[in-house]
Formats: sequence, structure tokens, C-alpha cells
Amino acid sequence: MSLSPFEVSSQTFVAEEEQSLEALDASRAIEGRSPLRLAMARLRTDRMAWIAAAMIVLMALLAIVAPLVSTLTGHSPYNPDLVNGTNSFGQPYGPGEGGFILGTDNVGRDILVRVAYGARISLLVGVLATLLATVGGTVLGLVSGYFGGWIDALLARLMDAVLSFPYVLAAIVLAAVFGGSLPLTIGVIAFFSWAAIGRIVRGQTLSQKEKEYVEAARSIGAGSFRIMFVDILPNLVAPVIVLGTLLVPVAIVFEATLDYLGVGVGPPTPTWGNMLADDQGSAGFAAWWFWVIPSIALLITTLGFNLLGDSVRDALDPRTERLFATRRKSAVAGPAAGEPISGEVAAP
Amino acid sequence: MTRFIIRRVIQGIITLWVIVSVVFVLFFMTNPDPARLLAGKAATVTEVQSIRVFLGLNHPLWQQYLDFLGRLVQGNLGESYKLHEPVTSLLGQWVQVDISLAVGAGIIWLVMGLSVGILAARRPRSVWDRSATVFVLAGLSTPTFILGLLLLYFFFYILTTHGIAIFPGAGNYTPFLTNPAEWAHDLILPWLTLALITAATYARLSRSSLLEVLGEDYIRTARAKGLSERRIVYRHALRAAITPIVTQFGIDLATVLGGAIITETIFGLPGLGQNVVSAIGREDLPVIQGIVLVAAAFIVVANIVVDSLYAVVDPRVRLT
Repeated sequence: MSLSPFEVSSQTFVAEEEQSLEALDASRAIEGRSPLRLAMARLRTDRMAWIAAAMIVLMALLAIVAPLVSTLTGHSPYNPDLVNGTNSFGQPYGPGEGGFILGTDNVGRDILVRVAYGARISLLVGVLATLLATVGGTVLGLVSGYFGGWIDALLARLMDAVLSFPYVLAAIVLAAVFGGSLPLTIGVIAFFSWAAIGRIVRGQTLSQKEKEYVEAARSIGAGSFRIMFVDILPNLVAPVIVLGTLLVPVAIVFEATLDYLGVGVGPPTPTWGNMLADDQGSAGFAAWWFWVIPSIALLITTLGFNLLGDSVRDALDPRTERLFATRRKSAVAGPAAGEPISGEVAAP
Repeated sequence: MTRFIIRRVIQGIITLWVIVSVVFVLFFMTNPDPARLLAGKAATVTEVQSIRVFLGLNHPLWQQYLDFLGRLVQGNLGESYKLHEPVTSLLGQWVQVDISLAVGAGIIWLVMGLSVGILAARRPRSVWDRSATVFVLAGLSTPTFILGLLLLYFFFYILTTHGIAIFPGAGNYTPFLTNPAEWAHDLILPWLTLALITAATYARLSRSSLLEVLGEDYIRTARAKGLSERRIVYRHALRAAITPIVTQFGIDLATVLGGAIITETIFGLPGLGQNVVSAIGREDLPVIQGIVLVAAAFIVVANIVVDSLYAVVDPRVRLT
């Protein structure tokens, strides 16, 4: 099991894995294992998954101990300190100078402390926005696919509209209108992300609802609500988990982008995005640590989640449309594809 | 086909109407009296009133909305509050930057993405494939502004401080018609910024699409009748695998055309993206309206074109 963000469409790799797993467990007594346990077993033997998890845990720890870092170093993440934070020429300290492990920024704030606090915002926004988007997308996708008719027509159109909208532009307009804040940032990111999950859940629901088990459930008198959430939903867990994991780095990059453009959470809260933006103009490129350090933190986080998402997909092998590869389902037949969810975040 | 296009165009117009209406409502929700804002602090009551009358802000909001729609139908987007120029002519200037960006970057990311994808698909699980995976992963994990800063740092700052001033820094833009060579020179780094990250999506897309097609029966038939691998991949497989790439390309191109906000901000390019950010900052409604409308229109048009192209690229598709 390797790192492959590509869709492995060939059956052979899966077969090989199954064989090796069987060999591994051959000594034990034969027992029935649920697909989820099989997936966990595969995930445990995946070296890449461990590396990815380590990267994420590292960042999560940094976020958790941020106040401790601030106390230990005695440096505030918010207050400029031109007396202690800059050298005798009034210039910021480089990494390792003046007792600042990662240096200071142009107003003398400790970059280590600010990066640690930035991790809190990035992870909070990434995880919360993804949760919101996943729950919203799953529910609306289920409703859309299950009921069909005008509800489906309406929701499917809505998903198309959300997915095809220049969303960084929309996010900036919204942030300008309502003023940037943490809840708005989370809301905006969730709003522009749910449709990616909604579309795939809808597609899966469309095929699942024709299966015999749904007919059976209906014949014993199960209601629509029960069929959707008790019978169909468990069959969609695999793709939803994979998509959710892959949505986290997208949300984190989205947040950093908004903050970089000055329409996100905003100062004085330290975020990786506004650290990159603050520091770029004033001292330019001579003080490379201004922007290199928050960039590295951001890259470790996004890489960690992308690698993990990939390993999870490998383990679950859900054979769904890919989050990055395909986005919009067209009105015509044929493979659906479209703008990546990472669109402007990753593109323009 | 004609019926399909007519229906989609009508749907597109409705979408655009909804979008401009939302922007209109949102703007007046936060700025009940833009005239006061424009007049500045030192303005007298009469001055504010004259601005109000001049911009039509003295009418009730519904009438302003109808006036706005009426002018819009005639292709008149009004005049910028602050720049005192018709929005349409401003948009005309700014969009040239985005066209320049889209053309250069689009060619680079398409060539790069397809080459990497084809290379990886022809030899799955080889060293090439693994390198392609790393390329894709890096592209998907790197935010645009970090790549832009990296390119500026290494190719502009480091080289220039070492006396090798090959690449221009931020804030340089030469129109194509003024000097094509200078135009390309100024845009190389922005092109690469956009292209490297977008190419990752194309590499992944073309690889998975091509792998799927290469497993089809007709490819085996082509191999059995002794065609060269080259001919099979480029003539037979790629033809069928190209459909999702066409879609992706259309949408991505339209997104860049509507304003590459981050790239323009980093490199100081005076396109739609940078101008919408500054227009929002100075609460310049006509400009915001204009740019949002153009950006959305590019996407709507791209969707229609791409869906129509399906039938051309893939004869199995029938438009209804």
C-alpha cells in the first residue's frame, strides 16, 4: 500500500493486499471481519498513513500546547514588542537570535508562539468547516438522491451553482459585507464545500435506493427517514470518510487564503495566512523566516491530511468519484468532471 | 443541439441575474448611504445631496435596482464611484491581464499535466508513476500564495541579489501589444505559479482517465492487430480519455479569466482579481458588480461551451 493520490482502478493491487493480509492472519483462527475492520487492518500496515498521522499529531500538539509555549518563552502571541523582540538596530531577530528559536516578525513578536497559535485556527477551521460540510452534504445528498423529483432538481441545481461559482471571490464579498470573523470564515468554507460531498452522496444514493435491501425495508414498513439514515447511510460511510479527510486540507488552505487576502479571521489573532501577508510587505524577502516558517507549518498540515486521505481511500477502496479529479456532473451523459474544489485556492 | 444551447443560455442568464441581485442587496444592506461615504468627512450636506442626486441614490432602493437592471440590459454597468470612469471600459482594461494570464498558464498546465499523466499511465507503479504521484501531492498540498512567494524568492530575490536579474519582481506588467517579449518576460513567474498547481489536477485526471481507457477491450484489439504503443496511446486511448480533461480545462480557464485573485495580488498584476479586492476595500459598488458579473459570466459560458463540446469530442454523447 503506497502513497498514491491517483485512483487505482486496477483490481490486482487490491487482490495482492488481500493475499498478504490473509497470509498475515493465516495463523489465527478464521473469523468474520467487518469491512471496517479489514480497512483498519490495511491502514495499520500502511507506512504512509503512519507518517501522515505523525504530521497531523505534531501540528495538533503544537496547537494544544500553544499557551504553554507562550508562557515558557514569556512571549505574547498578540502584543508587539519592539524593545525585546528586535535587536539594537531595531531589526527583527532571525531564528536562534536573541533567545527567539524561530526569530521574530517585524514588530518583534515571537514567530514560534504565533505559529503555534496559528495552528489552533487552522485546525479548528479545517476540522469544523469539514464537519459542517460533511454533515450538510451528506444529508442534502441523501434527500436529493432518495426523493428525486422537484426536490432533487432543486438541490442538484443548487450544488451545480455552488460548485461552479468563483468562490474565493464570493468569500471576499461576503467577508467584506459582514466583516471577517472566525464563525463567518468557517461558515463560508463549509458553504462552498458541502456540494462536493452532496453530489457524490446523491449519486451513490441514486444507485443504492434501487437495491433489494431498500425494497425489503420498505416492504416491512420502514419510513423514508429510516431507510435513508439507517439503511442507506451505512453504505455510504466509506466514500464520505474519504471525502471528508480530503476536504480538511482544502478547508485549511481556503482559510489561509482568506486570511492572506485580509478577509479571514483577521488580526490580532495570529493565523498562518495573515502571518504570511503581514510579513511579506514590510521586510520583504531579506527576512525569509517571516514567511518560510508559517509556510512550512501549513505545508506539513495539508500534506499530512492529503496523505492520510489517500491512505484511507486505499484502505476503504470505495471506488467513488474523486474529490479533486471530478467535481461537476454535467447535464449530459459521460464522465463527470469539473473544477477542483481546490480551485482558486489551488489555482488562480 | 440548438435547443440545448438555447435552454442553457436562458438558465445562464437567470443565474447571472440572481448573482447581481444578491450583490446589490448585500451591498445596500451594509452601506445604506454610499453618498456620504463618497463625499468624505469634510463634505457639506448640499455636497452629499448633490452626489446622491448625481448617482441616483436619492431614489428609493427598488427604483435604483430597476434602473440598474435597465442599464445592465443595455450593456451599461455605470461608472466607478471613485475612479470616475465607465465600469465597462475599466473591465476592458483589466480583463486583458487575465486573458494574458489564462493563455500562458493554460498552455503550460495543460502540456505539463497531460505529459505527467500520460507518462504515469503508460507505466503504472514505475518510477515515473511514483514521481508523478509526488508531483500531484505537492501540487494539491501547496497553496497558491506559498508557491508564488517561493518563486518570487528564488527566481527574483535570490537571483537578483546575486547579480543575475533574469526575472522581474512583483508589480511589473507590460501589455502584449506594447511589447510581446516584455509581456511574456513579466508574466513567466505568474504563469508558473498558476500552472504548477493546476497541472497537478490534470496529471491526476489524465492518468486515471487514461488508465481506465487502456483497460478497455478495443485497446486490446488495437494491440492485437499490431499497432505501435505510441499510436495506441495517442490516437486511440487519449481520444476517449480526453473528455473529462476538456471539461476541467474549460472551467479552470474561465476561473482564471474571471480574476486570478491570489496570483494577481502576489505579483501586483492589475487584473480583475486585484481590482475586485481593492474595489471592495473602497466600497465601489459598480466596480464590484461588474467584476462579479464578468467572473460569473465566464463560468456560465464555459459550462455551456464545455457541455456542447462533449458532443464534438465524444460522438457517443447526445445533447438533450
